[in-house]
Amino acid sequence: MEITINRKPLDKVTESENEGRQAVHSIKLEQANTTEELPAVFKINELNLWYGQDHALKDIQFTIPEKQVTAIIGPSGCGKSTFIKTLNRMVEMVPSVRMSGEILYRGRNIFDSKYNVEELRTEVGMVFQRPNPFPKSIYENIAYGPKIHGIKNKKVLDEVVEKSLRQAAIWDEVKDRLHENAVGLSGGQQQRLCIARCLAVEPDVILMDEPTSALDPISTLKVEELIQELKKNYSIVIVTHNMQQAARISDKTAFFLNGEVIEFRDTGTLFSTPSDKRTEDYITGRFG
Amino acid sequence: MSNDIRNYSIKELIERKKKRRAKVSFVESLAPKLLALCAIISVLTTLGILVTLLKETATFFSKVSVVEFLTSHKWFPFASGPYAEFGIWPLVLSTLKVTMISMFIAIPVGLSCAIYLSEYASVQTRKVIKPILEVLAGVPTIVFGFFALTFVTPLLKMFIPSLSLFNALSPGIVVGVMIIPMIASLSEDAMKAVPESIREGAFAIGSTRFEAAIKVVLPAASSGIIASFVLGISRALGETMIVTIAGGARPIASLNVTESIQTMTAYIVQVSQGDAGYGTTVYYSIYAVGMALFIFTLLMNLFAQYISRRLRRNQHDS
Repeated sequence: MEITINRKPLDKVTESENEGRQAVHSIKLEQANTTEELPAVFKINELNLWYGQDHALKDIQFTIPEKQVTAIIGPSGCGKSTFIKTLNRMVEMVPSVRMSGEILYRGRNIFDSKYNVEELRTEVGMVFQRPNPFPKSIYENIAYGPKIHGIKNKKVLDEVVEKSLRQAAIWDEVKDRLHENAVGLSGGQQQRLCIARCLAVEPDVILMDEPTSALDPISTLKVEELIQELKKNYSIVIVTHNMQQAARISDKTAFFLNGEVIEFRDTGTLFSTPSDKRTEDYITGRFG
Repeated sequence: MSNDIRNYSIKELIERKKKRRAKVSFVESLAPKLLALCAIISVLTTLGILVTLLKETATFFSKVSVVEFLTSHKWFPFASGPYAEFGIWPLVLSTLKVTMISMFIAIPVGLSCAIYLSEYASVQTRKVIKPILEVLAGVPTIVFGFFALTFVTPLLKMFIPSLSLFNALSPGIVVGVMIIPMIASLSEDAMKAVPESIREGAFAIGSTRFEAAIKVVLPAASSGIIASFVLGISRALGETMIVTIAGGARPIASLNVTESIQTMTAYIVQVSQGDAGYGTTVYYSIYAVGMALFIFTLLMNLFAQYISRRLRRNQHDS
């Protein structure tokens, strides 16, 4: 099914159109940004990032819409993970990193020296590639976030724990063992627990860095269903290696290659009629 | 040339080597025996020490009753005949006073040091601080002893005029300083062993560095940290030189830390230096005191093993 969608445009496209693509590429990107009617959570302007001498992100410029799933796809080493980690400034933990440009989160530049990074990360939560529960009880894992932000009332915490675990579709599996160690859960359960931990502080945006790459197909399916559910209340940015996954769950897709955004548009359009030859090559499986 | 090489197939080479296998298998069979022998030496030494201690302790208890030893709070071993008293409590209390004081210093400072090195310090800072800590760990205890007597005690006397020249406070503090590197280094190892992904998880929900360190990394490393505390305590219990030099030789059962004391180890030193003749009750008493000390440290080590096993089971259960 994927293949038929991808192959169709190839037949329709003429030689001349193909040549013209490179030229109109930038204009189309511009249009995609300006004609955006949904409110934006992130506006990325001319973002450049270096690891030492290595220019890892080049002039990134696009807008991430509210309450949508935005997928970031691209081959290994193209800067997808680096990009998503700049959105909550986790990338700054790498000592040699340098950046230029700006990222506006709800209109405020997150690189502003006055911007409190802890505040940003409370609003912009993150789920990692490998599940990373704390070696504490399931309950303590979820309650940790609210607790460090000053919530001490036991009753409130109980409610937050239950609500977050329900939202992350794991409540029924763990409700009888809340005080057991989270490390004893299966990989898929751990990942949903990490999503619940992230939800417990009621973030605005959830960043997901290949959240299903370490999971089996059934756990992957559960997490994907969960993302569809969460979309109603949260804006989600997801890095994925899996193009089918991007096509299945996202509304917008950005294709990264060698640190550049080659194409950013509605997922349906990007997968059916990519405007750039490189995108087409990647999604039809010619490289990557 | 390249053809020559090809003529030797790997298979042939292996066949040739096989002929020499006999020699190899001799080494192979000898190696575990030699290694086991070395392991047995340490076991035998421990057993030897235990047997000596037990034997001489038994001799001591044939002269002095166990009840007196454990319940009397008077220690006058050098008094003549019926006036001699062998109640171990003054020595135990002295030892515990020094140990407690040293832990009040070593645990907070050592742990803070570990948190700083593991969670905050840059690579460069670590490169400077770690060797300094190691130097501190390598200072001979006799140097620490003189440091306590000639520097710390006079310094403390400025604040506590009633402090005697020999006391529990000064050696306690210095023993604590001596143990800081041990606790810092072992706790830092335990904290460094906590995977980076766990810290990232904490940062990603808005933890500050301090919150991540105290509420996530520290609990995750607790088994190693507690083991470092217990090792520190064992070290303080057995510390000899500092307390002999700066603690004095007055075994009094009191909780006062400004007066002269005599720890279990310092008493053994005093007797070993020739204050008592071979075969006297005093001579045998050092074995009983040594036995008590041995039991103390053994209990501490068993306790440490129990704690770290329990914590590890909680954390890495899967």
